[in-house]
Amino acid sequence: MTEIFWLIPFVPAASALVLILFGRRLPKRYVSFQACGAVFVSFGLAAFSFFGLLNTSPEHGPLIKTLFSWIGVGAFKAGFSFQFDPLSAIMALVVTGVGFLIHIYSVGYMSQDKGYTRYFAHLNLFTFAMLVLVLASNMVLMFVGWEGVGLCSYLLIGFWFEKPSAAKAGMKAFIVNRIGDAGFILGILFLVMTVGSSEFSAIAAAVGNGLLSQGLATLIAILLFIGACGKSAQLPLHVWLPDAMEGPTPVSALIHAATMVTAGVYMVARLNVLYTFSGTVGPIIALVGALTAVFAATMALVQNDIKRVLAYSTISQLGYMFIGCGVGAYAAGIFHLYTHAFFKSLLFLAAGSVIHALSGEQDMRRMGGLKKYLPWTYPVFLVGAVAIAGVPFLSGFFSKDAILTRAFGQRQYVIWVLGLAGAVMTAFYMFRLIFLTFYGVERLDPEAKKHLHESPKVMTVPLAILAFFSITAGYVGLPAVLGKKADVFGRFLEPVIKPAAEGHLGLGTEWFLILISVVVALLGIFIAHTFYLKKPGIPHGLVARFPRIYKLIYNKYYVDEIYDGAVINPLITGSEWIYAHFDLKVVDGTVNNSASAVGFFGKILSYLQTGLVKDYALIFLLGIVIFIGVLLF
Amino acid sequence: MIPASYFFLLSVVLFVLGIIAFFLKRDLITQLMAVEIMLNAANLAFLALAKSSNFLDAQVIVFFIITVAAAEAAIGLAIVMLIFRQKKSIKTEDMRSMKG
Amino acid sequence: MMILLFFVLSVICVGSVLGMIISKNQAYSALFLVLAFSCLGGLFGMLGAPFMAVVQIIIYAGAIMVLFIFVIMMINLRKGISPERKKWTLAVSAVISVVLLAELVFAVLGTPPMPYTAAFSSGTSPTDIGRLLFTKYLYPFEITSVLIIAALVGAIVLVKKREKE
Repeated sequence: MTEIFWLIPFVPAASALVLILFGRRLPKRYVSFQACGAVFVSFGLAAFSFFGLLNTSPEHGPLIKTLFSWIGVGAFKAGFSFQFDPLSAIMALVVTGVGFLIHIYSVGYMSQDKGYTRYFAHLNLFTFAMLVLVLASNMVLMFVGWEGVGLCSYLLIGFWFEKPSAAKAGMKAFIVNRIGDAGFILGILFLVMTVGSSEFSAIAAAVGNGLLSQGLATLIAILLFIGACGKSAQLPLHVWLPDAMEGPTPVSALIHAATMVTAGVYMVARLNVLYTFSGTVGPIIALVGALTAVFAATMALVQNDIKRVLAYSTISQLGYMFIGCGVGAYAAGIFHLYTHAFFKSLLFLAAGSVIHALSGEQDMRRMGGLKKYLPWTYPVFLVGAVAIAGVPFLSGFFSKDAILTRAFGQRQYVIWVLGLAGAVMTAFYMFRLIFLTFYGVERLDPEAKKHLHESPKVMTVPLAILAFFSITAGYVGLPAVLGKKADVFGRFLEPVIKPAAEGHLGLGTEWFLILISVVVALLGIFIAHTFYLKKPGIPHGLVARFPRIYKLIYNKYYVDEIYDGAVINPLITGSEWIYAHFDLKVVDGTVNNSASAVGFFGKILSYLQTGLVKDYALIFLLGIVIFIGVLLF
Repeated sequence: MIPASYFFLLSVVLFVLGIIAFFLKRDLITQLMAVEIMLNAANLAFLALAKSSNFLDAQVIVFFIITVAAAEAAIGLAIVMLIFRQKKSIKTEDMRSMKG
Repeated sequence: MMILLFFVLSVICVGSVLGMIISKNQAYSALFLVLAFSCLGGLFGMLGAPFMAVVQIIIYAGAIMVLFIFVIMMINLRKGISPERKKWTLAVSAVISVVLLAELVFAVLGTPPMPYTAAFSSGTSPTDIGRLLFTKYLYPFEITSVLIIAALVGAIVLVKKREKE
């Protein structure tokens, strides 16, 4: 019975297949029922397997179910096999649980859309691919899921493909991910080359018995991390995620906040043995994560689009997760992934509710004072903001604190300071968002105000559930100062992620760090309060005083423009040159000339084909005469 | 008794006459007749062989040849009819739509 | 006596084939061929194959040639078609035919004369051929019946005038 977990991905897959094949003929009510139901069944299976896992002792090792051998080339084999251990259990629960709530929410959010069935088919397909990614027991199958979620992300970002910007954003996401995937594939190839297998267990064994040299392990780890950078939108491959907000808001919540973008973190945590072994990669990851956290946070400070603020916030929070992985606190990184899934999807869905209420308005400059109109959305939004800002007793506080404490404990003070700076900004931009949206003067479009309405129950109930988890989810991973047993989450993950050996910080230091975190969060909120409620003139004054810096940040540090100038435009010009000079002349010339040469000889030979039956018979007869002659003599 | 080689020689003469008829004639019907002559020449050779080697099976083969010839004549003449209807001609040199 | 009959029949046979070749009229050609096939029937009888002789006359001289005459009648060319005029084709085919004739005659004469063995052990009556047809050659026999049906249907389908056109 415990092996039933392999069914988890296939329920949404079956549903997606039915919706893709027969979706047009199915009534809308049934489509919503089937799509949500499939994910719910999947969630039920995941929960069932999870409790089964709780009852088995960790010595058993991971459950592995091989469905069939998929690739068998010489000595290399890749099975279509799934693995269920604490790490994948948590990921599967998050994907199906949050995914289910977002499916429900989508029923309300997408109800007016003409691509309703297509939307749910793709959403189910995404759930399938994501589950394959987290349940795979080898790198090759993981890559299948990895590409599958990339494809679904492309399809859903470009869901409103008649809008050119959406189609373009989808392509951008796909292409930027390709750059990362190149590294990922190379990493897998190197792994297969040296280890001879891509099974996670084999990789761990290879590290253990010295089959893998440290240099090679570092190379593989860096290549795989490049893949993670692409998928998890880390510097310098972060450019696709803000544009991905062109998709429907629930998609942003599910794919670009809660699940897909965290795949990179999951992958690093899954291969924690390799990353720990290589040694030198950890600090690199931590630095990339910290820089991303700060860099993205600064960009979030000045955005006016409500979803883009959240997108940069996601990039920034992913940076925190990578800090966790980089300093060796893989469990803390996963813990932040898990809490982030709740509060960030909550924020996105609540933002979606605001956008829905305002008939599609996303610019915060045309919001304000919405508190009284949206009695459900406002409190849940506030809960999400408080949780992400790192206010004590909510989930975000515990996970962010765990990462920063660990960074401090590893004496990575630069990382720690960067992390704190990011935390101040996080609190600031989240409350800037709250104040601009829900407080202050109404700057609504009169047309939008006429239709202003609170979202239906089908949207607000999932919000309430997510809000509940945003508050409580953190209590499974309390800080170490509250006792060794407080970190239930970390201990549950121990079979996969070995806890670091070095001793804990002193009690005083720990309390001091927690205090600093609290102060930092409150400071950010306080500044936002001053800037946007008390003295609304200050931001304008700052912009006026530092116009260059504002322009730099507002234009996202011109990263897109740099890429355009350095990579994309030369590529396009070069391609056009090659098209004109090589394709048209050499390639087409070769093809055309060889074809006309064949045609020429064919023309000559075709004179034999007179069309007269007698000539054919004559040749036939000549053949017979020669044949008989040969027989006779 | 007549030596078997006489029959063989007659068969050869008839066969070559059939070939000559095929190349000399220009209408499809007579050319089909020439084919029938060749088939009969072969039949004669088979029967002579049956007689000289005391082998009854050769006669059965001749039976089959005649059957196939009948079928061939029926289809061949039907095709000739069809061609005549479409082209208003049964001259072989008019059928050259397969010219390369 | 027998040898005389053989020569008479074979001269008539070759002569009528030559007549068929020379005649410009298709109907005459067909009638010459009937004569040639009848003579061949006689020769078959001389070779100890009475059943084949009868079949030859009924099917060839009767059925098949009547079919030819029907078609000739339906097509009804007033004046016949003159023989091949392309010198090149004629010359090449004549040369090749002569070579073939020489080869075949050489082959026949080169083979040591085969003495007739004793009379057919199993007899040559139509009964024996029938027995052989329905035992050893049952499947080919059945298949020829399918072939005949196919030819019948095919001929009808080909020649039938389509109403739509």
